[in-house]
Amino acid sequence: MNSFQGKTVSWRVSDGTIELSLNRVPCNEIGSDTLVELEKFTAELEALQHEAHALIISSARKEGFCAGADLRELYERSPALAPAQRVASVRDFLERIHRVMNALDAAPLVTIAAVHGVTFGGGFELALVCDLIIADRMARFCFPELRLGLIPAFGGIPRLRRDLGNAVIRDLLLTGRSINATKAHSIGLVSQVVGEGDALRVARTTASQIGKFDRQTAIAAKQFIKPIPHEELRHEIELFCDLFMRPAVEAGLRKFVQSTEALPYLP
Amino acid sequence: MRIVAVWQDVVMNTLDQTTNEILQLAAAHFDVPREHLNAGDDFFKTLGINSLQALALLTRLEQHFHIELPDYELQGVSDFRTLAERIQSRL
Repeated sequence: MNSFQGKTVSWRVSDGTIELSLNRVPCNEIGSDTLVELEKFTAELEALQHEAHALIISSARKEGFCAGADLRELYERSPALAPAQRVASVRDFLERIHRVMNALDAAPLVTIAAVHGVTFGGGFELALVCDLIIADRMARFCFPELRLGLIPAFGGIPRLRRDLGNAVIRDLLLTGRSINATKAHSIGLVSQVVGEGDALRVARTTASQIGKFDRQTAIAAKQFIKPIPHEELRHEIELFCDLFMRPAVEAGLRKFVQSTEALPYLP
Repeated sequence: MRIVAVWQDVVMNTLDQTTNEILQLAAAHFDVPREHLNAGDDFFKTLGINSLQALALLTRLEQHFHIELPDYELQGVSDFRTLAERIQSRL
């Protein structure tokens, strides 16, 4: 189907471009519902890619692109399970989200993330699967996972390693600080910084420009320059599952979920 | 002594100016009258903002002052004057 309206995402094909829009209150946290609909989207990609040359991923939420994994869901389903079941449940979620991310990463389309506002954790990782990131000047990027005793687990570290220098990655990961769009542009993460509210428009213009080029050449160039780091992605899942079983993680998740602090998103 | 006094005036003026610019930016960003905001106000309470809105203000401040201000520098900071001091140290 060339259009879909789900509970958390929607998509449509327009002028040779697939537009995938995230829309879940409050800021597109990725939990089970979003995962199921993203799986549905990647299953449809095989058919959709015959109608399009580009894919734009954006958010319909004014708060931002995506605040990352749904930590509340992760925390609330954990106590009901025995430790072995808990890690099996997390592993299953990660395996599924990795299949989605890898499918988007390798899609034979030019993919563009049009981001604004909060682009944190899993949301940052979703942007990183795209070939280009076009950022509203009010966008902020962050990997806050270490404050929970975890690492990013939707493929973030291997994909950052593919795109950026190691020192920059250590800064983002180990301090957990957020950076603005200008900084993200200066380190080579963001392709273009645009005015407030203008990211989707510029992404459409960019997709239109890309459509003028030979499709097969674009696909060949992408495959040549953007290999998927499968081995590191596999290692990331294993490391996350090891870390997830430590008591500090449950304490960190509980603190985040129950937090009444003014700045719970900050490290 | 006079040099010290003049230097202190400059620093004080600059900090006041920075504070005033923050108050103007916050008023414009959150659409509240500038005269409702004071340097000693708790900006979370006065503006009624959450952490994500505070990050938007941080982005606005970084752009205006052409600085990078790591968000962990804002831990424990809730009033405009202290925020101005943190920014001042990076100008």
